[in-house]
Amino acid sequence: MDFDLSDDQRLLKDSVDRLIADRYAFESRKKIMAEPGGWSRDMWAQFAELGLLGLPFPEAQGGFGGGPVETMLVMEAIGRGLVLEPFLPTVILGGGLIQAAGSPEQQKTLLPQIAQGKKTYAFAQVERSSRYNLADVQTTAKKDGDSWIINGEKSVVIAGDTADTLIVTARTAGGRFDRQGIGLFLVNAKAQGVTIQGYPTQDGTHAAEIRFDNARAEATLGDPAGGLAAAELVMDQAIAAICAEAVGLMHEMHTTTVDYMKTRKQFGRAISEFQVLQHRSVDMFVALEQARSMSMFATFAASETDAAIRSRNISAAKVQINNSGKHIGQECVQLHGGIAMTMEYKAGHYFKRMTMLEQLFGDTNTHQAKVAKGGSLF
Amino acid sequence: MDLSFTPEELAFRDECRKFFREEFPQAISRKVLDGQHLSKDEIVTAHRILNAKGWATPHWPEAWGGKTWSAVQYYFYQDEMQQAGVPSPLAFNTSMVGPVIAQFGSEEMKKRFLPATANLDIWWCQGFSEPGAGSDLASLRTKAEKRGNTWVINGQKTWTTLAQHADWIFVLCRTDATAKKQEGISFILADMKTPGITRRPIQTIDGGHEVNEIFFDEVVVPEENLVGEINKGWDYAKFLLGNERTGIARVGFSKARLKKIRELAALERVGEQRVIDDPKFIEKLTATEIRLKALEMTQLRVVANDRGRGGRPDPASSILKLEGSVIQQATTELLMDVVGPYVMPFAESDEGSGRNEVGWGPEYAAQSAPAYFNNRKVSIYGGSNEIQRNIIAKAILGF
Repeated sequence: MDFDLSDDQRLLKDSVDRLIADRYAFESRKKIMAEPGGWSRDMWAQFAELGLLGLPFPEAQGGFGGGPVETMLVMEAIGRGLVLEPFLPTVILGGGLIQAAGSPEQQKTLLPQIAQGKKTYAFAQVERSSRYNLADVQTTAKKDGDSWIINGEKSVVIAGDTADTLIVTARTAGGRFDRQGIGLFLVNAKAQGVTIQGYPTQDGTHAAEIRFDNARAEATLGDPAGGLAAAELVMDQAIAAICAEAVGLMHEMHTTTVDYMKTRKQFGRAISEFQVLQHRSVDMFVALEQARSMSMFATFAASETDAAIRSRNISAAKVQINNSGKHIGQECVQLHGGIAMTMEYKAGHYFKRMTMLEQLFGDTNTHQAKVAKGGSLF
Repeated sequence: MDLSFTPEELAFRDECRKFFREEFPQAISRKVLDGQHLSKDEIVTAHRILNAKGWATPHWPEAWGGKTWSAVQYYFYQDEMQQAGVPSPLAFNTSMVGPVIAQFGSEEMKKRFLPATANLDIWWCQGFSEPGAGSDLASLRTKAEKRGNTWVINGQKTWTTLAQHADWIFVLCRTDATAKKQEGISFILADMKTPGITRRPIQTIDGGHEVNEIFFDEVVVPEENLVGEINKGWDYAKFLLGNERTGIARVGFSKARLKKIRELAALERVGEQRVIDDPKFIEKLTATEIRLKALEMTQLRVVANDRGRGGRPDPASSILKLEGSVIQQATTELLMDVVGPYVMPFAESDEGSGRNEVGWGPEYAAQSAPAYFNNRKVSIYGGSNEIQRNIIAKAILGF
């Protein structure tokens, strides 16, 4: 057992931290938010140059050969900087699905494009009532000669407004909730029959509502009726990734609160001298460390080979992250007072992103129910 | 970064598991896991099995029977012991007075006390808290005066756990009333049979008699019973309290409790439904399990970090006390939820046994409410949770 980072991991962490510190100050981020789609192509090119966009891919496919720990380090930095670029949808979800379900040929072609920053992806999976159940798919895919025709609607597709390629879950067989009969389809975002309505989200990123009217898919990733296991694997990896992002957010919210308490004066002294406020910030610290522990737990669960254990453990981590995140976010705003209610100050932005992460890929009730169903954690 | 254990570490875990599950009387383990008090004989029996293997005092100096275990080994030792329901070696002896004597006592004192302390031939109790000195321990007023070649002690101690079994007591006494309050305290040993020492048992809200008040009225002890230097007792007390850093979370114990609660919840029924199938119950159980899993990971992080700190306590260990105590308390609430109406019967117990022998309802029900009441103490003792928050505020957050 070893919690220390290897030299390579430390190097990675240092370079990502430096990039975020240099380029992602609060004012710079505001400017990036105003760009089309709400993220910076220039920053994206820098990510590619640093090797971040190929981080989890094998070296043979233009990647960095990193594992879950490397992803955790980068996601934590992304959280600390409130980074807006579509790393999660493109690298973790898009790249992850290509790795998990794509043919060797597809991997060889598509992964280097991601690593070089040439293509972005979005995972079009949520439907109007499916919430967090990947098997609840009503969008259909019908065989037409050599290709597939997609019909249906997808909701709140993260970064769906700027993605070059959509990976769409669609049903080729079975009923609405059947685990069999779900395929993963690559659809060009500019293809005929694809209607994308993009919009900003509460946390400063973007999403889209997407309609498919007889849209033609470019290809499938793997078995057109057996894509669910890969989708669930990659979703678990993505949950582990956002757990790390959330730890980055919580760390910033806590640090900012403690710093503020030491400088803010009321009744003639720093408010950090009041014991009731000290204890509340200590409880934030405890929640942060418990979340950090569970982010590490999720990171290691991501490479667990038994899918049921993997999924249960990652759900357990998400519950802790959500609980800690809600507590730290609300206390961060409360202990700051009025200033954290304003868009001019960073604390509120962290709080908003954290609140959206609580919903993303499964809320507390959903994951707690999954843990309950999965049996004892010990 | 790697969360897996080395083959050597796993082999050590297996050795611990085998020893703790096979070499101790089942009746004792069952009582521990059910939250019952053990008799003096049971505590002594279990302690001596540990000591015979050299495992009662692993954190003592090697010369006095300590082990050169790694932090991970020490973690497995505690975790497996707690999971198996083996009572920890008597803390007053092995975690408190033993290490203080080993560190600060004279050679003569070490020879006289350490082997007997390790084997529980002497049972120690702790004379620290007083009616007016709880969290503010340094304001204690029990005083020791030098008269010839003796110390004469006058005053009162309280919350003295299991003093009814004790042969000796270690007492914090004021030896300089004029110095700053932390600088006038000494650490003195007294035989419980010394004339002038009297004990009054206190019954706690669980019905048990774990704790006592101890009165000192002109108690004369030889001058060589002073540990280390005069007026340095506060430093020794801080050393003592910092000794138990990771075990206090009692993660292994809570794991065993939750396992037991799962088993019982599958037996108990409400109408035709098993308790474990009640969505509200399973939600609470799962929430506690998740919180405990997080604490287990945090404990491993503290353990791993310990290696680089050269024995200095990690302030993050205060998290272990805070979360560990609350989780222990939560497990006792869950057990009452499982038991239902049979939480109610109460039977007056003899001093020492603390057992709620009611004779109604299932066997596991009788101790559920007493365990709940008794466990309210865990967020109060060993530095209350509010004191732990003060420590984190000062040492980590820099307030």
